[in-house]
Amino acid sequence: MAFYSTNEFKGGLKIMLDGDPYSIVENEFVKPGKGQAFNRVRVRNLKTGRVVEKTFKSGETVEAADVHDTDMQYLYNDGEEWHFMDPASFEQMTADANAVGDAAKWIKEEDICKVTLWNGVPLSVEAPNFVVLAITETDPGLKGDTSGGGGKPATLETGAVVRVPLFVQTGELVKVDTRTGAYVSRAKDS
Amino acid sequence: MRDPRARTHSAPLAKDAPRAGDGNDWLPCAAPETMRHRAAMLERIRAFFAAAGVLEVETPILSRRGVTDPALESLSLMCPAPGQGSIGEHRLYLQTSPEAPMKRLLAAGSGPIYQICKVFRGGERGRFHHPEFTMLEWYRPGWDYGRLMEEVADLVRVVLQRPAMPMERLRYRDLFLDRLGLDPWEAAPQSLRAVAADIGMPDADRLELERDAWLDLLLALSLEPRLGRGCLSFVYDYPPSQAAMARIQRADEDHVGAAFAQRFELYIEGLELANGFQELTDAAEQGARFVRDLAERHRRDLAATPPDERLLAALGSGMPSASGVAIGLDRLLMIATGAGHIDEVLAFPLERA
Repeated sequence: MAFYSTNEFKGGLKIMLDGDPYSIVENEFVKPGKGQAFNRVRVRNLKTGRVVEKTFKSGETVEAADVHDTDMQYLYNDGEEWHFMDPASFEQMTADANAVGDAAKWIKEEDICKVTLWNGVPLSVEAPNFVVLAITETDPGLKGDTSGGGGKPATLETGAVVRVPLFVQTGELVKVDTRTGAYVSRAKDS
Repeated sequence: MRDPRARTHSAPLAKDAPRAGDGNDWLPCAAPETMRHRAAMLERIRAFFAAAGVLEVETPILSRRGVTDPALESLSLMCPAPGQGSIGEHRLYLQTSPEAPMKRLLAAGSGPIYQICKVFRGGERGRFHHPEFTMLEWYRPGWDYGRLMEEVADLVRVVLQRPAMPMERLRYRDLFLDRLGLDPWEAAPQSLRAVAADIGMPDADRLELERDAWLDLLLALSLEPRLGRGCLSFVYDYPPSQAAMARIQRADEDHVGAAFAQRFELYIEGLELANGFQELTDAAEQGARFVRDLAERHRRDLAATPPDERLLAALGSGMPSASGVAIGLDRLLMIATGAGHIDEVLAFPLERA
C-alpha cells in the first residue's frame, strides 16, 4: 500500500479518506513561526463530486488512492451497464450508471471517453467535450429564421434534450458542448 | 497600492507554485516594480536604523550548530575542512535565525544591533512560506519588549509609508477569552477540540493534538485572519510552554497570577509578520530549555544537534538585559505590494532557483 506524506500534497494528488477516493483540489501550508504546522486542503470526493475541507497535521501520512485516467472506447449499453474497451489492449470493462453519470446522455458507440479507474474499476466516465448527434425530434421551426434567437427544444439520438435555433430540423446533425449542454453549431457529418 | 484586503486567509487559494519545465522557468516571478519596492524597503530600513543609532552587523549563515526548537528544521550541508579534503568533512547548518550569534555580540558589548540576512527553514513551503527567506532581526539592550513593540510599529509605518497606521495590543489570553471564550492556560485538549468543532474547523474530531498544537490551530485558522485589519496588531504575553527564547515572568512578589512568556507577535492583514522577545539572558535557564527541546526532538524522532555551548558561554559571561525581534521581510513586502503569494515578491522561488 502506498502512502503520501503531507509534504507531497499538491493539486491533483489522489488520496483515500474514510474509504473513498479523493483528489486534492487545493493545498495550503499553515504554520505559526514558532508552532505546529498544518496542511489545510480542499478535496473532491471522486465518487460523489462533493468538495470538502480537511485539516492535517504536517507530517501525517495518507493512503494513496489507486486512481488514474485512461482513454477508452464506448462499445454498447446492455440495458444495465455500459461497456468500454481499451483501444490499445482491447481489454473490455463495464461501468454502472453511477460511474457513467451525466455522460450517458451524450455518448454513443465508438466515442472515445476519459474513464477514471479506481483499483482498476471504472469510477467515473467523462464524455468528449464536443459530440455530434442527430436530432430525432424537434418542432418544425419558422422558415427563414436564421437569427438563432429564441430557439426550441430538440431531442437527440442519445435521448438528451438541448435548445437549438429555430432553423435546425429533425434529422440534422448538431455539435454540442457536453460540459455546458449547449448547442454549438450544425454539423455536416460525425 | 492594491487593496491588501484582497489577500486574506479565506480568499480563494492561489494556484500551486510555478513548476520547472514549462520553458519559461528562467523568468523571474517578481515584477520589476516589486523588485524596486524591495530595494526601497531595504533602503528605508537602513536609513531608519542609521538615524536610530543601531549598528548593522553580519554573522555567519553557516554554523556548527543546528536549531533546537522542535517547531523548526535546519537545513544542512557537508563541508570539507580546508586542506583535508573529504576526510575532514563535517556537517554545517544553515541558520534558521541569527539569534545566537547576535546575542554573542550583545554579550560582548556591541550595543544595539540589527541584521538583514537570509535564513533557511526546511519543509516550509506555501502561499506565505518559502524555505529561504529574508529576515530583519534587531536587538535593543536595556529596552523592555513593550518599548520594542513601539519601535517595530514605527519601522513598519516607515516601510509601508503609512505614518498614521494605528496599532493595537492584545494579550494572548484575552484574545482567546474574548473571541473563543476559552482560557488558553487552563483549557484541556478535549475542550479545545470541542471549541474547534463548534466553529466548524474541518477534522476537529479526528485530529490528535496536544494543547499547544490545538492553540496554534485555533490561532492560525480562526483568530489570525481577523488580526491587523487596517492596523498593526500586537499579540503578547504567551503561555510559558510557547516561550521559545523569551523570558518567562513567574508569579512572585512583583507579579500576581499565572506565569507567562514575555513574547509578542505582530500581525497585519491577517499575516504573522514579526516575533519578539524580552530575551532570556539566564544561561542556566537557556541550558535547561535546550535540554527540554532536544528531548522533545528525540520524542518526535527529529534530527538534533548538541546545544550551542558558545551561546551558553556568552549568556554565562553576562548578556545585558535586552529585547529583540525578527521580521519576515518577504511577507512585509507582500503587505506593501498587496501580493497574494510569496512567489510574487521573490525573483526566483525554489522551483526556479
